[in-house]
Amino acid sequence: MITTEGRGLILDEKLLFEQSQVGRVGYSIAALDVPDVTPDRSLVREEIADFPELSEVDVVRHYTRLSTWNYGVDTGFYPLGSCTMKYNPKVNEVAARLSGFADIHPLAPESFNQGALELMYNLQRDLGEISGFPAITLQPAAGAHGEFAGMLMIRTWHESKGQKRNKVIIPDTAHGTNPASAALCGYEVITVASDGILSKEAVAAVMDDDVAALMVTNPNTLGLFEADIREICDLVHERGGLVYSDGANLNALMGISRPGDIGIDVMHFNLHKTFSTPHGGGGPGSGPVGVVEKLQPFLPVPFVVKGDDGYKLEYDCPESIGRLKSFYGHFAILVRAYSYILSMGGEGLNRATELAVLNANYIRARLEGAYDLPNQQRSLHDVVFSEDGLPNDCHTLDVAKRLIDYGYHPPTIYFPLVVHGALMIEPTETESKQTIDEFCDAMLAIAEEAKNSPELLKQAPVRAKVKRLDEATAARKPKLRWNG
Amino acid sequence: MRYLPHTDVDVQQMLDTIGVSCVDELFSWVPEECRLKRPLDLPAAKSEAELLAFLGGLAKQNTAISACDSFLGGGAYNHFIPAVIDQLVSRSEFYTAYTPYQPEISQGTLQAIFEFQTLICQLTGMDVANASMYDGASACAEAVLLTVRAGKKRHKVLLSQALPPQYRQTVATYCRYLDVELINIPQLDGVTDQTELKTLLDDQVAAVVVGYPNYFGQIEDLANIGELTHAVGARLVAAVTEPLALALFKSPGDLGADVVVGEGQSFGIPLSYGGPGIGFFAVRKKDMRVLPGRLVGETVDQDGKRGFVLTLATREQHIRREKATSNICSNQGMCILMVSIYLALHGKQGLRKLAEVNYAKAAYARDKIRQLDGFSVAFAGASFNEFVVTCPEPVVTLKQRLEQQGILAGVDLAQDYADLENGLLICVTEQNSREQIDRLVIALAGGEV
Amino acid sequence: MDFPEELKYTEEHEWIMIEGDIATIGITDFAQEQLGDIVFVELPEVGDILEAGKNLGVVESVKAVSDVYAPLSGEVVEINEELPDEPETLNNSPYESGWMIKIKVADSAALDNLLDVAAYQEFVETD
Repeated sequence: MITTEGRGLILDEKLLFEQSQVGRVGYSIAALDVPDVTPDRSLVREEIADFPELSEVDVVRHYTRLSTWNYGVDTGFYPLGSCTMKYNPKVNEVAARLSGFADIHPLAPESFNQGALELMYNLQRDLGEISGFPAITLQPAAGAHGEFAGMLMIRTWHESKGQKRNKVIIPDTAHGTNPASAALCGYEVITVASDGILSKEAVAAVMDDDVAALMVTNPNTLGLFEADIREICDLVHERGGLVYSDGANLNALMGISRPGDIGIDVMHFNLHKTFSTPHGGGGPGSGPVGVVEKLQPFLPVPFVVKGDDGYKLEYDCPESIGRLKSFYGHFAILVRAYSYILSMGGEGLNRATELAVLNANYIRARLEGAYDLPNQQRSLHDVVFSEDGLPNDCHTLDVAKRLIDYGYHPPTIYFPLVVHGALMIEPTETESKQTIDEFCDAMLAIAEEAKNSPELLKQAPVRAKVKRLDEATAARKPKLRWNG
Repeated sequence: MRYLPHTDVDVQQMLDTIGVSCVDELFSWVPEECRLKRPLDLPAAKSEAELLAFLGGLAKQNTAISACDSFLGGGAYNHFIPAVIDQLVSRSEFYTAYTPYQPEISQGTLQAIFEFQTLICQLTGMDVANASMYDGASACAEAVLLTVRAGKKRHKVLLSQALPPQYRQTVATYCRYLDVELINIPQLDGVTDQTELKTLLDDQVAAVVVGYPNYFGQIEDLANIGELTHAVGARLVAAVTEPLALALFKSPGDLGADVVVGEGQSFGIPLSYGGPGIGFFAVRKKDMRVLPGRLVGETVDQDGKRGFVLTLATREQHIRREKATSNICSNQGMCILMVSIYLALHGKQGLRKLAEVNYAKAAYARDKIRQLDGFSVAFAGASFNEFVVTCPEPVVTLKQRLEQQGILAGVDLAQDYADLENGLLICVTEQNSREQIDRLVIALAGGEV
Repeated sequence: MDFPEELKYTEEHEWIMIEGDIATIGITDFAQEQLGDIVFVELPEVGDILEAGKNLGVVESVKAVSDVYAPLSGEVVEINEELPDEPETLNNSPYESGWMIKIKVADSAALDNLLDVAAYQEFVETD
């Protein structure tokens, strides 16, 4: 029987498989213009059991309804710390869909795709200018893939000098991808505690001749610029190590400071953070890597070079770490990032950084006092509060869920691990003062609710598609596919 | 700047609230010796119109596949993309969201991933699929790592020579500093040589990795390879670069594969010069907890209503750090949608029909070329929409001759398979009309078209 | 929080019940509460030889992983077969239905290294 429950503004929608009707189709294929032949029957499968059968309109409604259950940057403020959820310009989408970019084959002769190679070459050059690195690879598919590429180059550089170093130093504020990427290169991870920022002494205490590299994030995940970074780099270099920088927070540095100028040897970019390419509900990302000159011979193959007769893909690099994936990188994402850089210009990128930092500091100023701020140093592009001081057994999770009822995507929560019940807010530069004021008003209202009506936080969210979900049962009895 | 909303008044008010006099003061924590003392040397900002004119100019220097007769495959396939896909994935609630960390406001992405996982399981004949990897090659590398992890102390992995070269190279990069010994299994008549395989198998082997179809478009005898592999307690990994074949040929799961990975670009993702595509990754239930990447599971909310969440997250880097099953963090969200919409539109009937069309067109081309003087079809066994021909002249010169006539004849195998003299890998899909195929045949024979 | 008198404890938040040369091992009420909803348990196999201080298994909640270390050396003689299917038992009944393994203790002198209830309680309160 039909009821009003689940109808109205938020529509219910079954799974594709539950809507399937035998014989229904949503495709069109031209009539076969060659003789109809089929493979040997012993090789042929039965029909794909339970595969959906739907009309075009079924499919269109299905995904349109699903989309309405999502919250994106275009829906509203999305201050997810460490993810740099800035506005994704529409013109970038148009650019990536130009047939001269979208409909070109990676194995066509280079003479057929000079425009694509020129774009990649220019992007390598521009990322180099922004970061201060003389050589860039565009191949890595995401930030973590870039970390892996960078750490492989470090290991290969050491080995080329006959050195077997086995350890990598990583501060406790790092993203989990850092130790995971180091481990993938066969390294043992030495975790070093940081007191907000990393001290020279803390690094010195664990730095020895078996350490291949230090991996840092600058500014770090607390939003703090690593003020001793130059001396720390010197220290690591003196003992024969290299310094890797996680570029996740490059949005705080454009036109302010270039990692390649201050002692960093390798850094990855997240084009889906700093350079406005859409996060896509999880990806695809893109994680180019910049390196200092001495690491250039180890770049993954191929990369783009400019020769006398045009642009070409260079494969002849005997010391290269090799190939990280098929073809040349996430080209359609590269187009978007290049489009963004051209839209902004150097001055615009610098202004973006300034306003991102202004926005974060403004939020900090407005919320300090209502929420506990564990680090007093001046933070840059994000601000991290803790749950200490929240009354009535309210926790960070409750604040986050209540923000949903106010119409916001919550900040990153419980990361970095060094802050108790972290609430990590990164506004980015594309949010106006008015948007941020409304968000801060909501945060302040939630702080009041925590005191006076904590049940509002505990029950939240009540205005989303679903209420809080039972994650324990999901993990205890995993149901990872539809099964009829 | 149109993406930056701040007015001068806004900025001043914000500075006042913060209690600083100028924006630069906010950077006071950045030491002087770390500051860049000059403006970035980048071109001035372009207006939207200037930008599109400029990028349009670059795009025009490329030759779109639709503007020529292309028989290129080799891991990137030219299939028709229904209009519905771009219309739907352009809904910005999908593409401007991130990883569904907050499930209550991410049910759209989560349900779509759950459906994707199911579609991949159905297609591959496997139990569990993850929420995707970067691409087929990196998924193949992660599959090798999984088998070594799950195979306890086994450290050898046998890679078929008929596996795509880019996959073998990527596996080698991933294993560079790990305790994994990669061993080549030679190809014989375009498929994995089972006699050689038998001599290489022992109790130190964690996995045997073969293509299905393989790089030459050939259908490997997975069932037999699987039996041999399982006899020594190793896992069989099937790597699929052209998954449309799975709508026609027996699924790797049915034939005994333990891990099925591959590239999903064929299903509605533009070629885009080779990326992004999407890696899919499916396993048997026993390996569920050693899977890399995100997983979405079904559960209920407080009112008992069905909902979906990211689950089994303790495998992943953000929790297990250096002991994680992989360092991967992202998935190919946008591409998950493209693939799912493509599969939903084609459905049970359409996907099969499309696969049959691809098979028949390739068979037609193969037979025509077989009849040409000096040309032969290199391998005897069954193939799908790609096949290798042996040409009477070096492929490099033959290709150039055809390029001048607007025909991209295929992939030259000289670089990767020196022993296959004058080998040309030709791909024929539903995008190639009979006229196009006939023109290719005439041009190969030396005629003008 | 409940810490039965008759049990021995470790600083890794395990409890041990000694009966003759057989030691039953589980995790304490404090440990289960710190972890939250436990969703997965990995145990050794019967016949495995454990070395004191080395990993014997894993306990996972939704967003945390905790290694469990062997408090004593010895051979595994029995495991709680039901635990992997019903990991929530560790939350509901850490000292009874939630026992994890039984081992045959290799060296009874090692028992002296374990904490009694008072010492463990103090450790929990000051930690």
